[in-house]
Amino acid sequence: MYSKKVLETFRNPKNIGEIKNPDGVGKIGNEKCGDVMWVYIKVSKNKRSQEIIKDIKVKTFGCVAAISTSSVLATIVKGMTLKDALKIDKKQIAEELDGLPPAKMHCSVLSMDGLRKAVEDYRNKKAKAD
Amino acid sequence: MKHVYLDHAATTPLDKRVLGAMKPYFSKKFGNAGSLHLFGQEAREAVEKARESIAKAINAKPEEIVFTSGGTESDNIALQGVMRANKGKGKGLVTSVFEHPAVLRTAEKLEKEGFEASYLPVTKQGFVELQEIKKFLKKETILASVMHANNEIGTIQPIEEIGKLCREKGILFHSDAVQTVGKERIDVEKMNIDLLSASAHKFYGPKGIGFLYAKQGTKIYPLMHGGGHENGLRSGTENVPGIVGMEKALEIAVKEMDEENEKLKKLRNKLIDGCLEIKNSWLNGVREPRLAANAALGFDFVEGESMILMLSDKGIAASTGSACSTKSLEPSHVLRAIGLPHVKCHGSLRFTLGRATTEKDIDYVLETLPGIVKRLREISPLGGK
Repeated sequence: MYSKKVLETFRNPKNIGEIKNPDGVGKIGNEKCGDVMWVYIKVSKNKRSQEIIKDIKVKTFGCVAAISTSSVLATIVKGMTLKDALKIDKKQIAEELDGLPPAKMHCSVLSMDGLRKAVEDYRNKKAKAD
Repeated sequence: MKHVYLDHAATTPLDKRVLGAMKPYFSKKFGNAGSLHLFGQEAREAVEKARESIAKAINAKPEEIVFTSGGTESDNIALQGVMRANKGKGKGLVTSVFEHPAVLRTAEKLEKEGFEASYLPVTKQGFVELQEIKKFLKKETILASVMHANNEIGTIQPIEEIGKLCREKGILFHSDAVQTVGKERIDVEKMNIDLLSASAHKFYGPKGIGFLYAKQGTKIYPLMHGGGHENGLRSGTENVPGIVGMEKALEIAVKEMDEENEKLKKLRNKLIDGCLEIKNSWLNGVREPRLAANAALGFDFVEGESMILMLSDKGIAASTGSACSTKSLEPSHVLRAIGLPHVKCHGSLRFTLGRATTEKDIDYVLETLPGIVKRLREISPLGGK
């Protein structure tokens, strides 16, 4: 069964939805396995000229764990530098939720992969623009 | 908060009349039905009276009823016991792809022992086809096992005709009737059934008790060894309160069946029609012949487990019968069997109504569900806003 934290997060997920004109989008998962996540990010620079995730929103088709991990990941990385955000570990997401059932650990990996893809997308776009 | 229980295919509440019948058998009439003394006699009498009454309810003989711990055990005895005891005839077991796991996993276990199992396909509408069965039944087939009604989508199988085909070929026929005993008329003679599984908690009886009907003369090896209870087929001290409870529960269910089904069907149809008003939704399996209490629906772009939890937060108990349960990630084998693509399997929602269900309950679900589907579609990337 799910921890109380998972259920609470599922009931009030944060940073869920879409960003208009995002700087990067990461689409991950497949309908077949039942988890699909789209991660939208907006990137800006902090005072030290480091790129940070200014805003992040996630759309999720999936089970309770998928929705909860999307919310937690977005909450953790919002405001972080891209470099630090990409270092987030799946364990950290699971711990934030007081654990996930073993069969659901892949949900936290999925959300990380979504973020990674969004950053990649941002960097590709930027490289093209440059 | 209002509580609406619509998961009666999972289990039902114990009927108060059943509880009343069981009560004396816990501490007052506590005897072991195997004891010779007056305490034992009292228990034995209750057990045999129950056996008679239960046999009558399905048009069987009392000695053809074996008390078990429930549906899973009955299925296991029927499949393992019959296959092993009839090895001389061949190796074949025929069953369907959308049986309950109690049958499917047991068939797989038998395959590991060297038996050969084959699995009947089912139609999109949710039925095994007689033409297909004819092809599957071979000279070496020992046993065929087809459920009476599917637990997820509620479609009722042509058991009588399947039984007839088996009889003609001298093949034993088992039916898992866990979803139909106490809900649909069962006549094992007329329906050509040799073995049938039932579980009391599905018809307002207690959990942990069920029975297996086994036609007289059917060769079966027991799974449980010990004191030789139940004609040697199921050793273990009889669960007297459970047996008495099951008897009472079945008696009530059979008596109230027609009236109950009429009420349930009306409410179920209202629920189905109301749910289908939500865009991009569908009914799994055809509407008839279907269990009166079953409404198995699907919604595009959303996932079953999330719906269940959000409904639960509103006091409504339903089930997915699908996909990502916390234990398994596999989408429902039943929905896959009726040809639903993976993604649609994930969006399934099963309501199963019961004795206490009212029209107000259905109205409440129909008020609540559209908002939940809408909310989940808003956060889903798959579209369908």
